Amino acid sequence: MHADPKGVLTGVHFLDGDHSCCEGALAAGARFAAGYPITPSTEVVERFASRIPTVGGIFIQMEDELAASIAIQGAAWAGVKAFTVTSGPGFSLMMEHIGLAAMTETPCVFVNVQRGGPSTGLPTLPGQADMMQARWGSHGDYGIIALCPNSPQECFDLTIQAFNLSEEFRVPVMMMLDECVGHMTEKVVIPEPDQIEITPRRYTKLPPEEYQPFAPREDLVPDMVRAGEGYRFHITGLTHDERGYPNMGTEAQDRLVRRLLAKLKPLSNGRALWETENLEDADVVVVSYGITSRVAQRAIQLARARGIRAGKFRLITAWPFPAERIRELAGRVKAFVVPELNLGQMVLEVERAAAGQAKVIPVSHAGGTVHNPDTILKAIVEAAR
Amino acid sequence: MTETTTLEIPEGAQNPVEPFLRMDRMPHIWCPGCGIGTTVNCFTRALLDSKVNLDKVAVVSGIGCTGRVAGYARLDSFHTTHGRAIPFATGMKLANPELQVVVYSGDGDLFAIGGNHFIHAARRNMDLKVICVNNMTYAMTGGQSSSTTPAQSISATAPYGAFEPTFNLVALAEAAGASYVARWTTFHVKQLSRSMTEVLHKKGFCFIEVLSPCPTLYQRRNKLGDALETMKYYKAASKIRNGAPTSETALSMKGEIIVGKFVDRDRPDYLELMCHQYTEQLGERYHEQEVPACG
Repeated sequence: MHADPKGVLTGVHFLDGDHSCCEGALAAGARFAAGYPITPSTEVVERFASRIPTVGGIFIQMEDELAASIAIQGAAWAGVKAFTVTSGPGFSLMMEHIGLAAMTETPCVFVNVQRGGPSTGLPTLPGQADMMQARWGSHGDYGIIALCPNSPQECFDLTIQAFNLSEEFRVPVMMMLDECVGHMTEKVVIPEPDQIEITPRRYTKLPPEEYQPFAPREDLVPDMVRAGEGYRFHITGLTHDERGYPNMGTEAQDRLVRRLLAKLKPLSNGRALWETENLEDADVVVVSYGITSRVAQRAIQLARARGIRAGKFRLITAWPFPAERIRELAGRVKAFVVPELNLGQMVLEVERAAAGQAKVIPVSHAGGTVHNPDTILKAIVEAAR
Repeated sequence: MTETTTLEIPEGAQNPVEPFLRMDRMPHIWCPGCGIGTTVNCFTRALLDSKVNLDKVAVVSGIGCTGRVAGYARLDSFHTTHGRAIPFATGMKLANPELQVVVYSGDGDLFAIGGNHFIHAARRNMDLKVICVNNMTYAMTGGQSSSTTPAQSISATAPYGAFEPTFNLVALAEAAGASYVARWTTFHVKQLSRSMTEVLHKKGFCFIEVLSPCPTLYQRRNKLGDALETMKYYKAASKIRNGAPTSETALSMKGEIIVGKFVDRDRPDYLELMCHQYTEQLGERYHEQEVPACG
């Protein structure tokens, strides 16, 4: 299905990542946003607040991030595509509702424009230290999807993907920007609506008496309904059976929780998004994402200029982590160099996937600014030895 | 009694509340003597009497004993997280203004962990019907103190007696901006049903507090007798004072209970205000959502 033209601002624009993310959401069909102001993410909802009354939809500024992150789920069950936007401290407050969305299989999008942490940290400066929180921050076992744009253009493109994936898999999807990507201004091309593919919500075709809200299709994802259509359905954050009724049995728990993870398998095995360069002959592969991938690009160029066979692996899908692809590379390269604006998060995944077949060298940074390309270069040079 | 009275139940007969309940989930989890079931009974009466389209009614609950109401109501029903039923309901109402969204939860859920959401929804005059079953304790977790546990009561976390000042829920609701505020007890089933019927026809943020016994935890621990004793207390201690200033309605452990409808006023609700503002500022550029809000 193509994008609804009402939300698509076709043309060539000069936008920052936050604004571009908002345009992506509108193009994807998001017609509800709930937010709470927090730097450096607020521009996303500021633009939405300005645009939505002329597109047709709702923006509401809630009293806190707990409220924002569940208002979007009420809206989703009323039948609209909905999202919220935040940064570090607000992301922490939203964790319980990321778990609720995972448990109730509510399609929705959480945009996190990462800043330096922990706690109030560096409100106006970049960080990439919420990557593990995005994956594991809520209690219990569950799966999510996280995407990492590295440009305003990708903020547009990937936000559409985020909504599409959240509908396809019925999971909360995290858009993991960082302050640099959120605030950098670049050319953004917004295509014609008929050039934008949109995944519509998959509503059941069954009549109410036959419908079970959590009976999965073959792809392990159940069809949805929305409130107000006579299905009289029940949704709960408690462990539930296919009818949606609470079930405190260990068998129901096992069946449900395993499915919540298993339904995402197609993404980790083949459909993950990444960008690569010069992997064919690479001895050293730099694995990076977000703003750091643009600094790493320079370091890779410098290394190549010195005759080092350096390659690029840019994570676009951070979660589910593309472990198979990294494992396969690990069998034929000397080392991975993993720069990130944290003290070592995604590097742990690279290590896990590499499983000792190749060296894994972190290039950590506590955040607040980006790496110096020379620091990454130095790590590449040492890794190549 | 006339001669035609019989104890035999005719074939096919059912309790009139059955169509409103998920009978396949019975028996429910509430204790004998608990008042929550009584309030649900009143709610089903209100649904019948108000003649609302049941397909368009959604029930949203938080966590706790009253939080389980959503699970038993045979309506579109949502059992959300602790304290957050109101913001969930807010999102649902705004996304589809055709829905009649009822929030059904307890005192701990709505006023301690969820207190901030309550006052903001009332301030916005969000078109939600909030029913709070106030049993003055956290019953699901074993009878700890809540923000309505009266002074001197014993609770699992106030073993020497509660001493914190409490919220007067109806005064709080009025001060925060609610359009409709009433309080009843589970003794006042007729009045409660009537209030529930009224709010189903009233626009804006409506609040009904229902005092309810928790014989298992609150009454027993405080030597206040069983559920029947509590009904007798409710009957004896309640004074119906419709329109009473909510500042004069504070509750205590054994004292007078002022009940009635305290507030019934007309304020534009959130969606009306929004439509008005956008229409005024944007004129023809204002584009309503799929399910129109501007009536």
